[in-house]
Amino acid sequence: MTDFKTAKELLTLCQDHQWLISDVMKRRECDLGEVSMEQTVRRMERALEIMKQAVSSALKSPVKSMGGLIGGEAEKLSAHRRNHRAICGDVLSLGITYAMAVLEVNASMGVIVAAPTAGASGIVPGLLLALQQDNSLSDAQVTDALFNAGAVGYLAMRNATVAGAVGGCQAETGVAAAMAASAAVELMGGTPQQSLDAASTVLMNLLGLVCDPVRGLVEYPCQNRNASGVAVALTAAETALSGIRQLISLDEMIDTMYQVGKRIPYELRETALGGCAATPSGCSACRTDAAGT
Amino acid sequence: MPFISVFDVIGPNMVGPSSSHTAGACAIAFLAQKMNIGVLKKVEFTLYGSFARTYRGHGTDRALLGGIMGFSTDDIRIRDSFRIAEERGIEFSFTPDSTETDIHPNTVDIRMTSDNGSTLTVRGESVGGGKIKIVRLNHVRIDFTGEYNAIIIIQKDKPGVAAHITRCLSEKNINIAFMRIFRETKGDNAYTIVESDDRLPAGLKDQLLANPNVQDAMIIQND
Repeated sequence: MTDFKTAKELLTLCQDHQWLISDVMKRRECDLGEVSMEQTVRRMERALEIMKQAVSSALKSPVKSMGGLIGGEAEKLSAHRRNHRAICGDVLSLGITYAMAVLEVNASMGVIVAAPTAGASGIVPGLLLALQQDNSLSDAQVTDALFNAGAVGYLAMRNATVAGAVGGCQAETGVAAAMAASAAVELMGGTPQQSLDAASTVLMNLLGLVCDPVRGLVEYPCQNRNASGVAVALTAAETALSGIRQLISLDEMIDTMYQVGKRIPYELRETALGGCAATPSGCSACRTDAAGT
Repeated sequence: MPFISVFDVIGPNMVGPSSSHTAGACAIAFLAQKMNIGVLKKVEFTLYGSFARTYRGHGTDRALLGGIMGFSTDDIRIRDSFRIAEERGIEFSFTPDSTETDIHPNTVDIRMTSDNGSTLTVRGESVGGGKIKIVRLNHVRIDFTGEYNAIIIIQKDKPGVAAHITRCLSEKNINIAFMRIFRETKGDNAYTIVESDDRLPAGLKDQLLANPNVQDAMIIQND
């Protein structure tokens, strides 16, 4: 049986068998889920397809969100990139465009893939699809990267939380960005150790981020934070790929993220009672007091 | 600890905007309609906690109605579920209840009325990330997630019923993964929930009904 409970055990499996993180996660799914490799991969290909459809739908036909707080951001970024030089550079510019696109689709009741949650669903596809486009990578490579991302998200889900109501936004966009960073490292030829270092870096950099959705809706500042999550993931992936090691392991950072999350006040954990939600502008139209994940 | 699949992390595939308030709501109603016997004519949703306060902004109402019509969490028809329900002649209502506070924040009661006049009420909780469970069936507390193939048996709380159930399953060569009995009060109505890895054959229901203390049975396949 291929199973692991910690990043350390995951790394040992990789090193003992010369497997990538994505290999371990695929085998684990087949072993524990009692499904074939073909079914498992096909299911992930379907997730990738939905991610791509979400991005193209927001770019082709921008729509207002259910709550009316967002809509059309992805198209604006896209137009900006066409008409000006993107100051972020290509990968990051594409990444933030795609991340905001997915959140726009999510907020208008379109179909998305929660990764790990709906509110943080833009980061993983945002970064991976941008890298795919910039480096002409195949769908098979990106599908593998999604299994790598799944491994990091699984560890956070198992050993901490991915619910904003429990651990704040660090548990949602923080974990999503950690997943994206780890997957990006593998996608660009990095080692399992570098993937885990990248994920650890992200959790460090987003530690303590509160969940404070305006009017309790999964719209604002969620969409902005999906864009910034891509940037945090990309910088962490680059530092890891350059060979910079991290003092603090991913296991320790997941544990710390959880401990910090539990100490975030109630008002700042998806209740729409504090933070951005309680600013004069954020609150001017406030009418609800709790959001979903 | 239950198995966390990679598709619990990269997933569910869902209509937005919220895994708990939209996808979870749809999943509760989807499971509820699988438990209903007969053709659905009327459905009444009572919303509690955060569901009651934020259901419009999260499309919880459309997701519930979509789920009750058998739409899965990634079915885009959820957006138009009000219109589709009207076309199908299904009467529906949503009532927020903010008086009950000792309850999971994302809870819904679903009362279904079928064309033959029979009713079934289930209470579901959306427990996060799209995961759900049914915690009440009519007035009886149960614990049911629909992750396995299952049969729910409505019976009189009398001796010999459990033995009858296991005998029927054994004759059909079905391996029991979990079996639990829930009851209202001693000697009154009880529910047995049997969960199995195997698909449950259609003939099982008639065999179970052969015992006079078995009142009804619902077969719920997990696909």
